[in-house]
Amino acid sequence: MQFLIGMHINPAVLDALTDEEKAAIGEGHGTFIEALKESGELITTQALVDPSQAAVVSVRNGQPVVTDGPFLESKEYLGGFYLIDCENKERAIELAAQIPDAAIEGLGIEVRQVMFADGQLEA
Amino acid sequence: MTAPAIEDLLRELTPQVLGALIRRYGRFEECEDAVQEAVLAAAVQWPAEGVPDNPRGWLVAVASRRLIDQMRSDHARREREWATAAEAAPAEAAPEVPDIDDTLVLLFLCCHPTLTPASQTALTLRAVGGLTTAEIARAFLVPDATMAARISRAKQRIRAAGSSFRLPDGAEREERLRVVLHVLYLIFNEGYTASSGSELHRADLAHEAIRLTRMVHTQLPEDGEVTGLLALMLLTHARRTARTTAAGDLVPLDEQDRTKWDRGLIGEGLELIKASLAGSTLGPYQLQAAIAATHADAATATETNWPQVHALYLILERIAPNPMVTLNRAIALAEIEGPPAGLALLSTLDSDERMAGHHRLLSVRAHLLERTGDAAGAYEHYRRAAKSTASIAEQRYLESRASRVRT
Repeated sequence: MQFLIGMHINPAVLDALTDEEKAAIGEGHGTFIEALKESGELITTQALVDPSQAAVVSVRNGQPVVTDGPFLESKEYLGGFYLIDCENKERAIELAAQIPDAAIEGLGIEVRQVMFADGQLEA
Repeated sequence: MTAPAIEDLLRELTPQVLGALIRRYGRFEECEDAVQEAVLAAAVQWPAEGVPDNPRGWLVAVASRRLIDQMRSDHARREREWATAAEAAPAEAAPEVPDIDDTLVLLFLCCHPTLTPASQTALTLRAVGGLTTAEIARAFLVPDATMAARISRAKQRIRAAGSSFRLPDGAEREERLRVVLHVLYLIFNEGYTASSGSELHRADLAHEAIRLTRMVHTQLPEDGEVTGLLALMLLTHARRTARTTAAGDLVPLDEQDRTKWDRGLIGEGLELIKASLAGSTLGPYQLQAAIAATHADAATATETNWPQVHALYLILERIAPNPMVTLNRAIALAEIEGPPAGLALLSTLDSDERMAGHHRLLSVRAHLLERTGDAAGAYEHYRRAAKSTASIAEQRYLESRASRVRT
């Protein structure tokens, strides 16, 4: 079963962290990635640029309109994700709990099963 | 020999060659890699240069050489350890190959209980099924690297468990065989329920599961559950072309064009299940096959012998209690005693947390509500079921049912 573990970040919460705490998060992700690779459960993971860099695209009267993002008016944004292939939802949740963000108030980890997939898997 | 025929031959020989190597050198992990390389080499060479007179001997010789080369390139301690083995290995001549078929022993090893089902499945397909890592990765829609890591981790675990290359005895054998059958069943289902993406590759998994189960059946013809599983696969696979429309939409059993069912597979499945029911003690696969056989016997959906289906589910529920079985029995019960009886049985599942919000429970309830004339209730349950499923084909089907009851 494939799951997308979405990491919803709050820039204000991240900014308030100490350098040590930030470094610990980075290390935690590194360890997590290695473990997932070794167990054969990682498909891919990506982190996204700051939401202030987002462009919102719409088409009106056949013309593309581009405005500065982000689209959602929210304190939290999608900061990145893990795409995994594991045994079942319980395992996906067990893995999600190992992501350092899960232990920080104000950061959200969301597990959702993949319903359709296509395209090149080898990035 | 044509390329597909060569591929079939290679798949068939893979477990035999691997068995021969392990018997000589031990070390499942390294032998498995070497055999995979030998098979890849054969897949390139044989179509161009012709199949050697003794293909099995050729593969054993090439795999042995690869194995020894690999060990030599390893560090010195290992080299010393393997020097004796290298001396014993023939350079060119085809070595003797034991007559015993090691397929079963290998299956037991690949379906080692310390592995997760996903790892058992992957390893079985590679070491016994002779599929390449890339093929398995494609079938499960994951990158090659993910599948390669999973297989290599599985082999390490088997080594760590210190499993020996022999058939387990007595009760352990019985228990381990159940795991093997479950893995084969999972492989079949993975292929059968393919609904999106690389559908073709996944459909191949159903063929592969049938082929592997046939091999087990050849080795253990007296085992009722092996026979039952093979019959179940054949009877289910017989419906595959009737199961979806050309557009990929799901067709429920009662609406399937039964003239599209594969009569050859049904005939074989029926014969197997009849023989097995006459012989041994009943198991879950035999019962499921008997249910599939009852459906196969009905020329039209209305001719289905529902009392028999219900009775079989009742026995299945007793020997292998499972909410999914109760759910299926509710469908049969509704056919015999009417939808309210089915709905009453379904309500016993509401407190089962394994079924809470499960799309199958929601959709069966929706069907039965529709038949009682409760269009609003049916609509709501079809919609909730559509939201709960992870299959696009199923979701499309449930949404179409929902809009049908609304109008």
